[in-house]
Amino acid sequence: MIEIIIRLALLFCSISMLGLIYRVIKGPSVADRVIALDAIGVNLVAITALISIVLSSHAFLEIILLIGILAFIGTVAFAKYLEKGVIIERERNH
Amino acid sequence: MSVIIDFLIGFFILVGSLFCLIATIGVIRLPDVYTRNHAASKAATLGVMSILLGTFLYFYALEGHFNSRLILGIIFLFMTSPISGHLINRAAYNSGVKLWDKSVRDDLKEYNKKIVNKSSVD
Repeated sequence: MIEIIIRLALLFCSISMLGLIYRVIKGPSVADRVIALDAIGVNLVAITALISIVLSSHAFLEIILLIGILAFIGTVAFAKYLEKGVIIERERNH
Repeated sequence: MSVIIDFLIGFFILVGSLFCLIATIGVIRLPDVYTRNHAASKAATLGVMSILLGTFLYFYALEGHFNSRLILGIIFLFMTSPISGHLINRAAYNSGVKLWDKSVRDDLKEYNKKIVNKSSVD
């Protein structure tokens, strides 16, 4: 029973990732693409958890935190780039 | 006992993946950057948190392995997803992405106008 549910959940997550890839390609503005990329990162976390259940090993569970942190940092950097045009600002007064 | 645990794991994982699917339908179908961001950040976060909770229950109950990193991941997603959604919405507004033409209210525009008037008076 639980195997069927996990396979079904993997199918749903894969379909949702395909839909988000459609939004990345189509998206009219840059902000759309960034939102869809962030959601792809969050979906990747879910797929990693499900894959580690399927393979029944807890070696992949450390990657989950890493992917979450990377997606968050990427989104913050893109937001700053969209707003100010640079990512790392330098104060030059001289 | 085992049947209850199985039911809980299946329920959490199925509900989480359905939330992911519904969030994607929202991201594809909604008309505007801001409404799309609403769909993506809130529903996908709830879905992924539910899937991670199901995975934690699976490893804890069926294999006896308490994985603290999954709980840390749940807390991290719960904290950072609204922040990143708000940041990217604010950046989209400031870089001039238009609202949907049927949206009725734009409070930030009036706020920005007030700020500009006050600074010009000064």
